[in-house]
Amino acid sequence: MNRINQKLKKDKKLLSIYFSAGYPNLNDSVSIIQNLEKSGVDMIEIGLPFSDPLADGPTIQASSTQALKNGMTTEILFNQLKDIRNTVSIPLIIMGYFNPMLQYGVEAFCKKCQDIGIDGLIIPDLPVDVYNEQYKATFEKYGLINVFLITPQTSNERINFIDSISEGFIYMVSSASVTGSSSGFGNEQTAYFKRIADMNLKNPQIVGFGISNNETFTQATQFAKGAIIGSAFIKHLLNNPIHKIKDFVNSIKY
Amino acid sequence: MTYNIDDKGYYGEFGGAYIPEMLYPNVEELRQNYLKVMAEPSFKKEFDQLLKDYVGRPSPLYFAKRLSNKYKTKIYLKREDLNHTGAHKINNTIGQILMAQRLGKTRIIAETGAGQHGVATATVCALMGLKCIVYMGEIDIARQAPNVARMKMLGAEVRPALSGSRTLKDATNEAIRDWINNPVNTHYIIGSVVGPHPYPDMVARFQAIVSEEIQWQLNEKEGTTKPDYVVACVGGGSNAAGAFYHYLDDTDVKLIAVEAAGKGIHSGESAATSVLGREGIIHGSKTLLMQTNDGQITEPYSISAGLDYPGVGPMHAHLYTSGRAEFLSITDDEAMKSGLELSQLEGIIPAIESSHALAILEQKKFNADDIVVINLSGRGDKDLQNYIDYFKL
Repeated sequence: MNRINQKLKKDKKLLSIYFSAGYPNLNDSVSIIQNLEKSGVDMIEIGLPFSDPLADGPTIQASSTQALKNGMTTEILFNQLKDIRNTVSIPLIIMGYFNPMLQYGVEAFCKKCQDIGIDGLIIPDLPVDVYNEQYKATFEKYGLINVFLITPQTSNERINFIDSISEGFIYMVSSASVTGSSSGFGNEQTAYFKRIADMNLKNPQIVGFGISNNETFTQATQFAKGAIIGSAFIKHLLNNPIHKIKDFVNSIKY
Repeated sequence: MTYNIDDKGYYGEFGGAYIPEMLYPNVEELRQNYLKVMAEPSFKKEFDQLLKDYVGRPSPLYFAKRLSNKYKTKIYLKREDLNHTGAHKINNTIGQILMAQRLGKTRIIAETGAGQHGVATATVCALMGLKCIVYMGEIDIARQAPNVARMKMLGAEVRPALSGSRTLKDATNEAIRDWINNPVNTHYIIGSVVGPHPYPDMVARFQAIVSEEIQWQLNEKEGTTKPDYVVACVGGGSNAAGAFYHYLDDTDVKLIAVEAAGKGIHSGESAATSVLGREGIIHGSKTLLMQTNDGQITEPYSISAGLDYPGVGPMHAHLYTSGRAEFLSITDDEAMKSGLELSQLEGIIPAIESSHALAILEQKKFNADDIVVINLSGRGDKDLQNYIDYFKL
């Protein structure tokens, strides 16, 4: 069974952390991943930097820009990760935009992910129907779970369709926003979380965007299986050495 | 082969809507409604009326006698430079503001490079009393001060794009992010035939008035609706899309798209996407774009801010790969020289974008009886400082 699904079966609220590969320094990726696992994080999203990230807010975009300046490329990331499964066992997901994957070759990209032990992909600008018609078979061939996003504006009909073609979890974007733009959840978001929970989808939901501390993590996971933190973690990395990752994770979970 | 869009939003293999889910409802709402709205008699009536009385259409199709004598062929200029606000951009913003109203939107956002599309958007927002926010790269704000002032005077808020290269590409990213953050009340007026479906098709349809007029105007003057050549410059490609539109499937009419070679195609400072680009995804559609081997979008360069874009619209990508249109590249120097030449031969100071289209007269040989229509997409007032600096006027 895919590591993502194994993890989702656990009876606890999952904490997933996003970071941009190659940030703050080109060769930090492996060390960040190892420290995140040691600190008790349940799942990791490794951001493949892109020059023009439409769904990212300023914090993540700045970290991607810095990573590219540091020289990060798809090939370098794959090389950095080639032995990652010798030391890390939690689910690893690559999150990135479609163009770099398209240039690498979608099949070659997927094969490389399987070789490394990547469990899933999140590609915000790969349309659901294009995936379903052109790439689903390839992803499945290499054992990769593709994670789709839903937002408060996504219709119930579309959510049901996305649920039907998903095989891991659904990435529930907390509000109409790019990453890192919200602070705290109001009634509107809570109502949305509850509405989705009441749909009894076959895939669990993990909330992303707008989670930055213990309070927002707790709110987000009241109705969902877990939550993803990106911008707040990147800000922490900017101001703290990698061995202090545990402090950040502790501040969220405990 | 068809050169128009198919029912899934593709021109051949190019197009589509490669957008984050956060944008899906906005784009889908537009996709489901744009053709219906455009077909409504009340929409057509208002659009046509505004084009006539506000924009000043039809724009003349002018026989350029002295230019024709010099190049020994029959050259007509489609005078989009005579439109209100000084370029073809207004055709599209009039159409989109009427679309936005009918979709119940109360807030308009736009991106702009040189400022022509920003001014055209600010203008129609003032006309309709809608709130207008224009994203513009910080660097472009500095180098296009008169247009920034125009937008402000028209009541628009100009927000600097501070990310990336701080030019058009980044202004577009910022506008898209604004749309993600404001999905319900906001319409995004894209200024070229780029972006997710249905934008390339919708913008092309609004600009199609250009080729529609060329047909009947040429018939009046030459007794034929068909020129031998239609020539237009291409950044994203909206003026070219408009000039080509009614001729796309008529292969008797040769189409020439002119890109900015900047300081030379292989100088590292160029915007000649058809030569330097590969298939990829930018701003929500699959098209040809300039990028690294790793799929990072690279910075284009042109002396003309309106051609300074790392991709072309999907229609143009298809016209290029299918061979339907010939793509030529013109350097900064060639364009500037042609701009000066038109000024002194015909008394028309063209936008530097349009000067690129004119410059092919030096590069390509036409027969004496060929009818060559060049789309003069905009006027050069906005570029005066560039002309002054370049020619030390």
